[in-house]
Amino acid sequence: MIVLEKRPQPSRGWSYAAPVLAVVLTMVVGGILFAALGKNPVTVIRTIFLDPLFSEFAWFYRPQLLIKGAPLVLIAIGLSFGFRAGIWNIGAEGQYIIGALCGAGVGLAFYPMETRLVFPLMILAGAFGGWVWAMIPGVLKVKFGTNEILVSLMLVYVAESLLAAMALGPMKNPEGMGFPGSRNLAQYPSAANLELFAGTGMHWGVVFALIAVIFAYIALAKHTFGFHVRLAGQAPRAARFAGVNPGRLILICMGLSGALAGMAGLFEVAGPAGQVTIDFNVGYGFTAIIVAFLGRLHPVGILLAGGLMALTYIGGGIAQSNLGLPAAAISLLQGMLLFFLLAVDVLTHYRVRFAARKVA
Amino acid sequence: MTETLLALEGLTKAYPGVVANRNVSFSIGRGEIHALLGENGAGKSTLVKTIYGLVKPDSGSMILNGATFAPADPGAARRAGVAMVFQHFSLFDAMTVAENIVLGMDIPPSPRAIAGEVKRVSHLYGLPLDPDRIVGDLSAGERQRVEIIRCLLQDPKLLIMDEPTSVLTPQEVDILFTTLRKLSAEGTAILYISHKLGEIAALCDTATVLRQGQVVGTCDPRQTAPREMAELMVGTVLQSPVRATRPEGPILLALRSLTAPAPQQFGTALKGIDLIVRGGEVVGIGGVAGNGQDELVAALSGEMSVDDGMVLLADVPVGRAPVNARRAAGLLCGPEERLGHAAAPDMTLTENALMTGVARKELANHGFLRWPAARDFAKEIIAAFDVRTPGPENTARSLSGGNLQKFVIGREIMQDPKVLVVNQPTWGVDAAAAAAIRQALLTLADQGVAVVVISQDLDELMEVSDRFCALTDGRLSPSRPARGLTVDEIGMMLGGAHDLEAPHLGASGSTDERLASHMKQDTRP
Repeated sequence: MIVLEKRPQPSRGWSYAAPVLAVVLTMVVGGILFAALGKNPVTVIRTIFLDPLFSEFAWFYRPQLLIKGAPLVLIAIGLSFGFRAGIWNIGAEGQYIIGALCGAGVGLAFYPMETRLVFPLMILAGAFGGWVWAMIPGVLKVKFGTNEILVSLMLVYVAESLLAAMALGPMKNPEGMGFPGSRNLAQYPSAANLELFAGTGMHWGVVFALIAVIFAYIALAKHTFGFHVRLAGQAPRAARFAGVNPGRLILICMGLSGALAGMAGLFEVAGPAGQVTIDFNVGYGFTAIIVAFLGRLHPVGILLAGGLMALTYIGGGIAQSNLGLPAAAISLLQGMLLFFLLAVDVLTHYRVRFAARKVA
Repeated sequence: MTETLLALEGLTKAYPGVVANRNVSFSIGRGEIHALLGENGAGKSTLVKTIYGLVKPDSGSMILNGATFAPADPGAARRAGVAMVFQHFSLFDAMTVAENIVLGMDIPPSPRAIAGEVKRVSHLYGLPLDPDRIVGDLSAGERQRVEIIRCLLQDPKLLIMDEPTSVLTPQEVDILFTTLRKLSAEGTAILYISHKLGEIAALCDTATVLRQGQVVGTCDPRQTAPREMAELMVGTVLQSPVRATRPEGPILLALRSLTAPAPQQFGTALKGIDLIVRGGEVVGIGGVAGNGQDELVAALSGEMSVDDGMVLLADVPVGRAPVNARRAAGLLCGPEERLGHAAAPDMTLTENALMTGVARKELANHGFLRWPAARDFAKEIIAAFDVRTPGPENTARSLSGGNLQKFVIGREIMQDPKVLVVNQPTWGVDAAAAAAIRQALLTLADQGVAVVVISQDLDELMEVSDRFCALTDGRLSPSRPARGLTVDEIGMMLGGAHDLEAPHLGASGSTDERLASHMKQDTRP
């Protein structure tokens, strides 16, 4: 009989080993899945996890790693504060879209004026848009006790509808010959979020993601705010006793995650995507939830997890085009990663014993 | 002693890392009231669970009525004539007494059929109980009666009672003891688990003392001094708290008609609480849990905001002030629940020291935490209060109840409070730690601090307090000097008969009048 026994202290070793074990288990079970689909599992796993970094076309894929990883890390860092405090913002995707719309809106409003002020203003507008969108579930929760999970999630679909309306209506490129979608911001120098060093994939979003990681690390380890966030998540009554105002904490955490998601959206729309289109969002806001947990809600962990998740995006893309793997298989792989992580997490808090059933 | 009912022979039960029972042997006679004494973690629970069929011993045997007794589950134990009343009731609030009793039976009759039986048994044993009442409306004492009657209907030979008096008022305790004596006279043996030595001396024929899983002594509690039993239980010589006569200090804490609605659905509203506490005195507030204790502490700590003038700290209104502002001003609190309220279970002791110490100990600089200072503060608490832990980097959860309680109370005391309010400071704490905590509270009062101790343990309140008040249903009785207060008087106060000294003041007496009489009592001769 297998017995789970609660550890007096969470195991430090397992809390580091669990993500690694989860990745290995995902590869194994994913491999079985690919084998069942009639593919050579070793080839598929190698294509997804290694080819983006080491194949002969790696020079093309490596910059992609930064481009895909940056929004994931930026959003996940914001989410991690709320998740630690037990505030579940599931609607980062919506905040990402609204941030992109607001940021792009500012950029398009200034077109074709060339001034250095445009891009910083767009960043502010992007952050503001995301913040406002996240404040809706935040304020509703504080004032009326609504469930922030449902409200933030539902607002994603509102945001998607708004995006479609914008791409087809007010933001449509007047010189676009009737095609849906805005002007291409990447071709408007003052508003473009271009590569800072050619060929590296390094754009302003990457810079902001790294800054966010550093700030999050300091806040969590050294600042009262981070301490209160952790306290509120682990023992809400103790947090109140320590002087945490729960309502204010909800608003701060929701606002912070919204603002960072909004910024991520702006960097995407002004750079890699270039324009507001109907299907501009590709699910970064949802994948960031996996990234946040895979990274143990720890800033450095999130950085690594963001990289790994970006890898599966790129590798999945290669596997799709080269090996004819269905797109759903990649999503499944990403889901499996979170599933195994949560499962393996049991080992951090519990010790497994194989005890023989005793005879009375 | 009469013939043996149950004999335990060398019972041993080990859990990973701890031996809960080591070679425990003793026997209980027919009709005997047998006390099982021991500190928390001495192995009392494991032992009674073994007898009740919830735990299987690693080795050893039991003989019941001359036959080998090895119950596979509680059902088997019940069929053999062993019944148990747990410390925590297992009743459904929304159902009637009769329905609850039927639910616990192995072969249930209809609730209607059982009603007559309940009436008969409750009448027979002096435990008045209406089978048609909803359990949710019953007091803790009445709920316990439901559990007892449920057991009695099975006609048990051995009744196990786990800390039965912790939720009862003194009057209810008397009723319970009468019942138990009657049962004993009829030949039912009772295994009575408690750490309240006074009760055991009043009730029990024999006491078996457990320490660290082993039987360390058997005695006749009526012949043995309580102190001797306590020392047997703890294994060391106990220091009883020293009370010095203290000079009367200035008024440090004043509550003026403190009124607040219940914060949650099952909370208690505070109704016009008046209290004055001077520096250098300990005011004890007694009452059964759930009568507004948590709410009162929340209103004092700042977790619940009230009107500004309702709470005065050294004449400064702080009723609206947030938690840390009150701490900074010197009003510190120790809530009842250790894990999850006073301390965060999965955080280290350093982090827990920081939790309330940040304001008064200057553990943060412009919001940036001073971890080394926090660690030093935690170490100071650990050293000053003899907290047994490998170090400040261990989690709060890894400490035993007594050690964690010493830590959280010590954390407040080490911050040099002006007023300290503690709720159930020794709840679930072993005798040695409890004595240390009480002594620390008295020492604090000697230094001129105003101390308020809220507790269900009347012995504790009598030991530490200068004045005593009772909290019932959110109302606080006027205070009376603790010295010379009889158990009966306390019982009356707890029962809600507040105006003991001023019977002419009916319930219709104006607040001013009551306040006036209250003030009169607060001013000491």
